[in-house]
Amino acid sequence: MPASDTKPSLSSRELPERRLEIVLSGDWNADSVRPSTSEILAKLNPSWAEIGFDTSGLGQWDSLLLTLLKEIGDQCQLKGIKVNRSGLPDGVRGMLQLADAVPEQEGVRRTPPQPGLLEKTGLLAIAAWDETIDILAFIGEATVGFVRFLFGRAHYRRVDLFLLIQECGANALPIVSLISFLVGMILAFVGSVQLAKYGAQNYISDMVGLGMSREMGALMTAIIMTGRTGAAFAAQLGSMQVNDEIDALKTMGFSEIEFLVVPRMLALILMMPLLCVYADLMGMAGGSLVGFGLYDISILEYSQHLLARLRFQDFAVGVGKSVIFGVLVAISGCMRGMQCGRSSQDVGMAATSAVVTGIVMIVCADAVMTLIVISMKW
Amino acid sequence: MGEPHITVKDLTMAYGDMVIQRDMNFTVNRGDIFIVMGGSGCGKSTLLRHMIGLKQPAKGSIFYQNLSFWDASPKQRRRLMMKMGVSYQSGALFSSMTLAENIALPLSAFTNLKRHEIREIVSLKLALVGLAGFEGYYPAEISGGMQKRAGLARAMALDPDILFFDEPSAGLDPISSRLLDDLILNLRDNLGETIVVVTHELPSIFAIGNNSVFLDGESKTIIAQGDPKTLLAECEIPKVRQFLTRGSSRNDDKLASGAMKA
Repeated sequence: MPASDTKPSLSSRELPERRLEIVLSGDWNADSVRPSTSEILAKLNPSWAEIGFDTSGLGQWDSLLLTLLKEIGDQCQLKGIKVNRSGLPDGVRGMLQLADAVPEQEGVRRTPPQPGLLEKTGLLAIAAWDETIDILAFIGEATVGFVRFLFGRAHYRRVDLFLLIQECGANALPIVSLISFLVGMILAFVGSVQLAKYGAQNYISDMVGLGMSREMGALMTAIIMTGRTGAAFAAQLGSMQVNDEIDALKTMGFSEIEFLVVPRMLALILMMPLLCVYADLMGMAGGSLVGFGLYDISILEYSQHLLARLRFQDFAVGVGKSVIFGVLVAISGCMRGMQCGRSSQDVGMAATSAVVTGIVMIVCADAVMTLIVISMKW
Repeated sequence: MGEPHITVKDLTMAYGDMVIQRDMNFTVNRGDIFIVMGGSGCGKSTLLRHMIGLKQPAKGSIFYQNLSFWDASPKQRRRLMMKMGVSYQSGALFSSMTLAENIALPLSAFTNLKRHEIREIVSLKLALVGLAGFEGYYPAEISGGMQKRAGLARAMALDPDILFFDEPSAGLDPISSRLLDDLILNLRDNLGETIVVVTHELPSIFAIGNNSVFLDGESKTIIAQGDPKTLLAECEIPKVRQFLTRGSSRNDDKLASGAMKA
C-alpha cells in the first residue's frame, strides 16, 4: 500500500513538431475515481504526427489504464498517427506488447444472429420437425432393442435391471401413496358437495372408484414418475454422456440402447401397472376417509358400494394406460439423456426437457386413449 | 509386424459445415506407436473419434487391414470395434460400477469365460496398471490418475489388437506420466499391439513414438508426418519446429515474429 493515494489525472500537452504528449499521473487503481477519457480521445486527429506519454507522476496502475492506452493506440492506428510508447513504464509497455502479439484472427469474432419474426417462426418449425423425427427414430431404435431383449439377444446387466426395478417400484411407493391418497380425498370432497345437493352422497364411492381406477390412478402415477424417474434417467444418461461413458460403451461393442434404454423401459413397464393399481387403492382409501368424516358413510358401506359398482374393465383401462405411460416416461427420460450435450448446463436442460416432454406426451396420449376407450364403450 | 494396420484415405472431417481437417492420408503399421499431435483445437481428438468409429467421416475412409470401417456390415464393424481398446482422457469409467465390474463388463458380455476366470483376468489387468487390490473401489473413490489407469485396464480387457489413447498424460504428474509411457512401450514390445496416441506432451512423444502425423488447425491439413525424432532433427516447417522445440530458442521466436511483420 502506498503511503498516500493520489487522484488519477489525465491531461495533454502540445509539443513542437506536431507532437502531442499525454500526461498521466496519480494512482490508477480500482478504488480511484477515473477522469473522463472522452476529451483526450476527441483530441486525437490526423493533424498530429506523433503521440507521446509522460508518466513521471504515475503511481499504481491496473487493467483499466491499459484499456485506455490500447484504445488510444487503436485510434491512432486508424488515423495514421505514430504512437511513441517510450514514455510509458516498462510494465505497461510489456503488457501492451503482449496484447498486440497475437493479432485477432479474421472471422473469429461472433455476432449473435438476430433473426426476425418470420425467420424465427421458420426456425422453430424446422426445429419442431427435426424433433419429431428424433423422437420417432428413438422410439424405433428402442423398439428394435426391446425386441432383441425379448429374443434374449440384448447385452445388458441383470443387476442393473433389478436395481432399476427397485428404484422405479418399491422406492416410489411413499410418494405415490401420499399423492394418490390426497387425490382420492380431493375427488371425494369436490364430488360430494355436488352429490349431497341431490342427497346422493352414497355415490361418493362410485365416483372416487371410477375416477381413480379409470383415470387418475394411472395419470397421477405417470406424472409422479416423470418428475421422479424420467428426470433421473435424463440426468444420469446425460452425465454419462458428459463423462464419455456412453462413447466408451459404444466402442466396447455395446449398443447403448440395449444396455441403457431397454432395462429402464422394462423396469417402468413392469412397475407402472403395479404402482397404478396401488395408487387406485390408495385413492379409494382417501375417498372413504372423506365419506366417513363428512357423511358418516361407514367403511363397510363404502366398500360394498365399490365392489358392486367397479368392474374388472375399469381397472384394466387404467392399468393398460399405465403401461403406455411407463413407455413414454422411459422414452422421454432416456431420449433427453442421450441427446444431452457435453456440458454440465446441458445435463440440467436434459432433465428439465425430459419432464416437459414426458408430461406433454402423457397428457396427449391420455386424451387419445380416453377417447378410444369411450368410443369403444369399454 | 510392419504391415499396414490402419490406413486413413482422403479423410475429411467436419461438424456440419465446419471442416476440421481435409484430405488426410496416412498409414499406421502393425506394432507402431503412432502419435497424433498438433496444437489445441486442430482436430486431434476428432480424428480419434473417427478412428474408433464414433463419428462418420464427411468424406474418405478408414481401413483396418483391408476392411473399410464405414463400408463394413454392422456385424463386421462391431467385431472390429471389439478389437480396439480406447483409453479416454477422463477415464470414462462407469460410475455406478466398481473397478472390477467395469473391467469385467466386456468380458462377461462378449466371452464365454467362467466367473472365476473373469475374476482372475480382472486382477491381472488391474495389476498391470499398478492398481492391484482396487477391485472393489468405485471410480469416484480413487484419484484422477488412478481412474485413467483403471480406464486403460478396461480398454485392455478383451486383449485388443489396437489401443487408442486420448491424451494419456493430461492431468498426470511427471512420474505417473513416465510410468504410463513405460507401460505403453511394454504393451507394444510384449504383445505386439498397435498403439495410437493423441497427445501434445513432448516428453511422451519422443519417448514412445516411432511414427506420427502433425495436424495443423489453420490450413486444416496434415503438415508433417514421420518419426517424431526425425521430424525434430530434419523438419524445416516453422510450425512443426516450434511445436517440437516448445518454441524454446529465442532465435526461433525472433525469426517467427520477423516473418509475421514481413
